[in-house]
Amino acid sequence: MQADPKGVLTGAHFLDGDQAACEGALAAGCRFVAGYPITPSTEVVERFAARIPLVGGVFIQMEDEIASSIAIQGAVWAGQKAMTVTSGPGLSLMMEHVGFAAMTETLCVFVDVQRAGPSTGLPTLPGQGDMMQVKWGSHGDYEPIALVPSSPQECFDLMIRAFNLAETFRAPVFFMMDEVVGHMTERVVIPGASAIEVAERRLTRKKPGEYRPFEANGDLVPDMVRSGEGYRIHVTGLTHDERGYRAMTAAAHGRLVERLSNKVRANRDRLVDVREDGVDGADVVVVSYGITSRVAARAVAEARERGVRAGHLRLVIAWPFPARRVREIAARAKAFVVPELNLGQMALEVERAAGGRAVVVPVPHAGGTVHEPAAILEKILEAKG
Amino acid sequence: MSEASETSDVNHASDVNDASEELEIDLPEEIDVDNPVWPYLRKDRIPHIWCPGCGIGTTVNCFARALTDSEIDLDRVAIVSGIGCTGRVAGYLNLDSFHTTHGRAIPFATGLKLANPRLKVVVYSGDGDLFAIGGNHFVHAARRNMDLLVICVNNFTYGMTGGQMGPTTPVGAVQSTMPYGNFETPFNLPFLADACGAVYVARWTVYNVRQLGRAMKEGLEKRGFVFIEALAPCPTLYSRRNKLGDGVDQLKYYKANSVVKNGADTKEVGLSFQGEISVGKFVDRERPTWLEAMDAHYAQVFAGEYVPHGGLHGED
Repeated sequence: MQADPKGVLTGAHFLDGDQAACEGALAAGCRFVAGYPITPSTEVVERFAARIPLVGGVFIQMEDEIASSIAIQGAVWAGQKAMTVTSGPGLSLMMEHVGFAAMTETLCVFVDVQRAGPSTGLPTLPGQGDMMQVKWGSHGDYEPIALVPSSPQECFDLMIRAFNLAETFRAPVFFMMDEVVGHMTERVVIPGASAIEVAERRLTRKKPGEYRPFEANGDLVPDMVRSGEGYRIHVTGLTHDERGYRAMTAAAHGRLVERLSNKVRANRDRLVDVREDGVDGADVVVVSYGITSRVAARAVAEARERGVRAGHLRLVIAWPFPARRVREIAARAKAFVVPELNLGQMALEVERAAGGRAVVVPVPHAGGTVHEPAAILEKILEAKG
Repeated sequence: MSEASETSDVNHASDVNDASEELEIDLPEEIDVDNPVWPYLRKDRIPHIWCPGCGIGTTVNCFARALTDSEIDLDRVAIVSGIGCTGRVAGYLNLDSFHTTHGRAIPFATGLKLANPRLKVVVYSGDGDLFAIGGNHFVHAARRNMDLLVICVNNFTYGMTGGQMGPTTPVGAVQSTMPYGNFETPFNLPFLADACGAVYVARWTVYNVRQLGRAMKEGLEKRGFVFIEALAPCPTLYSRRNKLGDGVDQLKYYKANSVVKNGADTKEVGLSFQGEISVGKFVDRERPTWLEAMDAHYAQVFAGEYVPHGGLHGED
């Protein structure tokens, strides 16, 4: 389906990442945002609040992030595309509702403009410390999808994809920005609405009485309905059967939770998205994401000037992690260098995928600023041996 | 946390019932004929988990009668619950129903209502869910005059987890976490709702079934934030622990001690342990809902440029 032109600000603009992310959401068809102010994400909802009266939809500033993260799910069951926007402390508060979204297959987008933590940390300065939190933060097993933009243009482009993935998989999708990407201003080109492909909600064709809201199709993803159309659905965070009725048995639980994970796991290859620069034939491969990938690109270029066969693999989608690709590279490269604005989170995942076949050298940084390219270069030079 | 405690609490009677719910139950045919509430229930979910003498089922009867009397299109009614014994109401009513997280029924309902303003959204939950963990959401939804009917079944305790002290437990009542009697001051719920801006506030006990049903009907027909408090016995945990007898004894207490005070100053209607119960319709006023206020404001600010929000179904 093509985007609704009402929400598409076609043209070339000078926008920061937060604003571009908002425009991406509007272009994707998001017409409901519930949020709570928190630096450095607030500009996303401020722009939405300013734009939505002329597009048609609702922005509501809720009393906290807990309320925001469940209000959007109510809106989704009424048929809307919805998102909430926050930063670390707010994301921590939302975690129970991440699990509710996963369990009830309520598709929605959680935007996290990362700042340095833990706790209140450095509100106005960058971090990338929430990467494992979105993977594991809510209790129980679930498979999140997480996109990691590295520029305002990508904030626009990938946000549309985030909404499309949520619709496709009926799952919560995380949009993992960082303070620098959120606040850096660059040229953002927004195409015409007819050039923007948006996913439509997969509504059932079955009649009330025949429809079972949690009965999966071939691709493990059940069709949806909208509240108010006579289906008399029941939705619960309790373990439930295909009708949505609570089912307090280990067998029902296994069936449900395995399907929830499998709908993402079975589509890993379709979901994985990396950008590669000179990876094949490289001795040292830098793995990075978000703002850190832009610093890493400089370090890789400098390493090459010094004769190092260096490659760069940038994560566009962090979860599911491109484990197969990293495993392939590990069979040929000597080492991975993993700079990130945390003390080593995705580096653990690189290490797991490499499985001992290549050395993994983290470049930890607690956040507050970005890396110096020299810090990454130094590790590349060490790693090449 | 809430669900974990709910399912790990092996001492509570409802868990025994949980297991039996998986059994096939043969229901007598005549129930279909005789019980006016039956068409509103999901037959395949019965029997329910509530204990003998519990008042929640009585409130559901009243609600079903309110649905009948209001002649509302049931396809347009959605019910949202939190967690706890009353939270299970959503699972038994044959409506679009959402059993959400502990304390968060109101913000879920807010999103549902705003995204489809044609829906009549009813929040049906307990005192602990709505006023302890969910208290902040109640306060703000009332302030905004969000168009929701909020029904609170107040049994003075956390039933599902085994009878702990809650935000409405009267001073002096014994609870598992107040083993020597409660010393915390409870909320006066009608006063709280009134102060926060609710447009309709009523309290009835489950002895007053006609009045409670009528209040629910008025609540379904009223636009804006409506609050109805329904006092209901919890014989298993509240009455027994306080040596108050069974469910019938509690109804006798309601009958003997309820005083109808329509229009009373809500400041004066606080409850004490086994004391007088002020019941009635305390507040009934008009105020623009959140959505009406938004539409009116933006229509003025943007004039013809404003795209009114009618949800997915237009302006109906």
